[in-house]
This record gives sequence, C-alpha cells and structure tokens, in this order.
Amino acid sequence: MTQAQETALEIRGLRTEFRIGGQWYPAVRDLSLSVAKNETLAIVGESGSGKSVTALSILRLLPQAGARIGAGEIRFDGRNLAQLSEREMSDVRGNSIAMIFQEPMTSLNPTMTVGEQIAEAITIHRKVSRAEAMAEALHLLKEVKIPSAESRLHDYPHQFSGGMRQRVMIAMALACRPKVLLADEPTTALDVTIQAQVLMQLDELKEAYGMSVLFITHNLGVVAQIADRVAVMYAGEIVELAAVDALFAQPTHPYTEALLRAMPRVDRATENLEPIPGGVPAVTAMPPGCAYAPRCPYRQPSCEKDRPELVPLDDTGHLVRCPVRLAKGRG
Amino acid sequence: MTIGAGNGSLEVRNLTKHFTIGGGLFGPERKIVRAVNDVSFTIPKGTSLGLVGESGCGKSTVARSLLRLIEPDAGSVIFDGTDVRAAKGKALRQLRRRMQIVFQDPYSSLNPRRTIRQALEEPLRVHGLGSGKEISEKAEAAIAEVGLSKEVIDRYPHEFSGGQRQRIGIARALVLDPELIVADEPVSALDVSVQAQILRLLENLRERRGLSFLFVSHDLGVVRHFCDRVCVMYLGRIVEQGVTAEVLDRPLHPYTKLLRDSSPVPDPTARLTLTKILGEVPSPADPPPGCTFHPRCPRAAGRCMTAIPALEHGPGRKAACYYPERWPDLQTAEAAV
Repeated sequence: MTQAQETALEIRGLRTEFRIGGQWYPAVRDLSLSVAKNETLAIVGESGSGKSVTALSILRLLPQAGARIGAGEIRFDGRNLAQLSEREMSDVRGNSIAMIFQEPMTSLNPTMTVGEQIAEAITIHRKVSRAEAMAEALHLLKEVKIPSAESRLHDYPHQFSGGMRQRVMIAMALACRPKVLLADEPTTALDVTIQAQVLMQLDELKEAYGMSVLFITHNLGVVAQIADRVAVMYAGEIVELAAVDALFAQPTHPYTEALLRAMPRVDRATENLEPIPGGVPAVTAMPPGCAYAPRCPYRQPSCEKDRPELVPLDDTGHLVRCPVRLAKGRG
Repeated sequence: MTIGAGNGSLEVRNLTKHFTIGGGLFGPERKIVRAVNDVSFTIPKGTSLGLVGESGCGKSTVARSLLRLIEPDAGSVIFDGTDVRAAKGKALRQLRRRMQIVFQDPYSSLNPRRTIRQALEEPLRVHGLGSGKEISEKAEAAIAEVGLSKEVIDRYPHEFSGGQRQRIGIARALVLDPELIVADEPVSALDVSVQAQILRLLENLRERRGLSFLFVSHDLGVVRHFCDRVCVMYLGRIVEQGVTAEVLDRPLHPYTKLLRDSSPVPDPTARLTLTKILGEVPSPADPPPGCTFHPRCPRAAGRCMTAIPALEHGPGRKAACYYPERWPDLQTAEAAV
C-alpha cells in the first residue's frame, strides 16, 4: 500500500450488533480498515466471520429491527455514513457506493428486461431521459462484454446464464460510476472458467473507472488472484491485515496459517491436509479472550483471558491480532 | 447373474442418458438433452475416481445413473460381477446395500421431522439387518465412526451445523456397510476448515473399510487431494482421464488445461494472466458439431469442427483430442504408470 494514495472509504471501530433473546450481541467487533482509491481490499473469512455484515453495515442494508450499528464511523466523501438519514443514505446506495451479490438471479427483477433495470438505476440517480438511460445501459452491457448486447438489452434475466447475469449485475453497479464497489462473493456461484473471466473483468473495470473495490470472499485462491490488500476475519474481528504478497508469503496469525493448510491445492500435492479442530464460536458465546484461542495450537494461558489487539508486525502495514506470534516474530 | 471376475470393482461401459425437454401443448420446442454420452470408466476396489467438470457436464447424472436413481438409456454398469442395470427385486436391493450415496446438501436429504436415530435405523430395517437391539447398536456405532458423540443421536437435523450434517449423511451411507460410495459434491457446501475435516474423515474410512469412491466435484484441488484417478467431463463426454496428478500437471486436453488454469491457487505470484478464456459452456440441448469444445478451444482446426475425437487409449492416459497438448517429459511419466 502506498501511503500517498487517497483513501476512498474508511471504517473506524465499527461494531454491528444483533438482538438475540432481548440482548445485543456484536457480529462485527472493533473493525477498522480503509480502502484506497483504485485499490482492491479483500475480506476473507468463513461463514459467520462477519464479512458480509461488514458490507451490509457500510450501505446500512441491515434489517431495521434486530440489528444496529452500535459504535464506530464509516467515513466516505467527508461524511459519516453511520449517521446519515435514510433519505441521504438512499442517495449514496447504488450511486457513489454500489454493491453486487452472490446470487444474481435473486437480485434481478424477473419481470423487467435487463436494459430496463440498468436504465432504472441510472434514472433514479441522474436527470436523464429514458432513451438516454437505455443508450447508457447498452453501452454498459458492451463494457461488461455481453455478446450481441443490442439484442440482449431486451432480454429477461432468466434468458441469461449465471455468468452473464453476474455481468448484468456488474453493469448495473457501474451505471452511476461508483467510487466504491462492494462485491459480496460475486463469483462463488459461478463455474471456475466463468469465475476467472469475471475476476479479470472486475480488475479491468476497477482500473478503467478508478474505483475502490471491497471484495468479500471465503476463497483464499480468489483472494490471491484479485486483492491488493487482504483482511482476514474471524468471529467478527480482523485477525490479520496485510498486502496480498506479504499475507501469503508470511501468514502470521495462527488462523490464517491454519486456513492455508486446510485448503487443498490444484497445483501441487497436499499430502497432509490439516483440518482446524472445532468450530467458530456462536455470537452469543464469545470467549472473553482471543476468539480463536479454543482452536489454536499455540494457545497460552493469557490468550484465554485477555482480548488481543491488532498491532503492527513491521512497518509495511502488516497487522496481526496475536501476541504469541508477535513475540515469536520479534524473537 | 455374474459377469466377469467379481473382484469388487465397478465397471461402467458406454453409459448414455438423454433427457427430453420442452414439447407439450404450449411449451417450447421439444429437444433432446444428451446429458451423458458414451461414458466408460472402471473403479478398482479400494480406489477413488474423481469426476470433474462444470455445471451441466453430466457428472451428477453419471453418479445417479450408477445407482439407478436415474435409469440410464444405454450402456452397462457392472459392480463386482453383477449387472446393475439388469438387477431386479432382491438382487437390486442387495446391490443398493453395497453401493451408497452421499449428497452435497445433507440438510435437504434428511427428513426434518425424524431424529438422526430414525434416519440411520431406517435403511437397516428396510434391509432387515438384525434385531432391534442390533440395529440400534449399529446406528450408534456409525455415528461414533463419523466423529459425533452417541448422545446426539436422538436429536433432529436442524440442531446440527453444516459439517455435522454432512457427517450424519456419511453415517447414513455407512450403516449398511457398503463397498462403494458415490459422493456427489460432498464438501462443496462447507467452509474450508470443515471441508478438510470431512475429507480427512472420508480418507480414514476409505483406509479402514477399504471403500471405493466415485467422487463428483467441481473443485480440482479437492479432487487432486482425494482421488487416485480422474475423469474430466465436458458436455456429457469424458474428454480426459488418467492418474489425477498426471492429468493436472500435464493435461493433454485443452479443456483440462483451461479448467486447471482457471482454478485459483492461494499464491499471488501465480495470478491468472490468460486472457483467452472465451465463451461459456454451450447448452447440452444444442451442442456444437464435431468436438463440442471447439468453439472455446485455442487449438481447434479442421476436423475438430466436424468429427468427434475418440477417447484414445494410451498407457494409463486417455484424451479425446485431435491436437493434444505436448509435454516433453510425458513419455517417461507414462512409462511409470
């Protein structure tokens, strides 16, 4: 990460809570990160790590009842999104911050042609005529390389394949030239050859539009393909944050290391796949100390009492939430 | 009805399955989907064969055809010398006891209103294997074998996590002491750490019980880890088969290479640079003529557009391609097989 780059989005101390049985429990705890202009930051973690809740918190798409942002700031464009009114927020959504989801079919309207849907996104945020919006929609479909875009503009979502639907979603997200794109597992439902196409396309579009991308995924292989920097989340916290090369060359948090060892690889034989014993603690039963301690082979007595801080490993911006590993690293 | 040597292997020859879609009074035009075309492979006892390919390539149809959960149209399936397709009544029940299936999503394959004990005991009762007490003990032993505690056996499926449900799905396949397990994407719905737990469990079972596996997956990493041999499918046909590491390290068929190169690896220095991944898998209802991969193939020429290449026999390796990839060291590798 070059320090001189301007920050597009900054989250400070985010705490997102859900109400379960009359009590508020944090699903995301003390989360701070920033995404620079033109940068792809990947958030990687398993089910229940809080990665999607983070994205939904940024756009305030959490359910109205039973969920709240308990603390923290989401700085974007000189404002704190956490404190905007719903009206101001709907001006941000799909406009300067856009989002794409895992399953494009459930996010597209089956009763409207894709052209109408993309044009709708444009007319909501910009004062243009319907014809102009349709022309722009056609341009966007060409931009995301949908073959014979002129005729497909008038097709319905069910007439598209999964990969093409995801491209339509991307075209719609790009409609208002967003500064930040939140991509929540956008390639998880796609076949690998289509995934590779979509990943490369997202990277090209990021450059072309000068966007920042917050890319949420559970797949470390995808992270290595697309990210500039990576935040590894576990049980609602960032446990490691580093430039992509540093993270894979020197995975430091025991959880990051364990994830890499549990993943079978296509390019080499993995004789010993090491499963991580146990499971992620429930949001209602977080241990008082390090959340990963119950599964960690390097656990010390202090890990079970004190909650560790996210601290720098070196001066490259590599942060790790593990005092045991840090002590070892500094020798 | 015994055919050939009953050596515990599964032999599939020229398996074919076509579906009809459309037709009807107001429906779209009637079309034939050639889901599985002329698929042949052998799984020797105690080994695992991977079946890989993208959505719609027919891999799940093959898996289900073996157990006759889908009736194949043509071809033969011989398990331990017995013709599965010709089996009826008692002989078929016997075969089904010896060949079991594990599905991708165990939650949708478990009845939410029945306890785990009921789910595990039912197959034993159906096959009349033992007294009530023996059946109960057998179910408890199976649940312990997959790494769950016996106390959970009287709970309902919704009380378990995804990984635990998959263990239950495996336990249900195990209670009948099968010899072959057909696993259809058994770890695809699971997180990486849980996936590794289930893969390790399957490996242990394979060693301990000498099980054979047909392992269907879209994840080449998982297949490389678990399977001795692999068949790569594209639009209903096997385009390449061989020893898994050989096929992935030195793919002969351009599709195998594309599939491998598209699979992301956790290494930022090995980023995909291929810009030539073209197009998508065509509809199996309307496949292109000749080699069905030719519209996406960088090497396609001449006869690829008109004739379907045969899956050619080599020592330990087969590929259906007129212009396969060349590997200078492949000859020695083949000699080693």
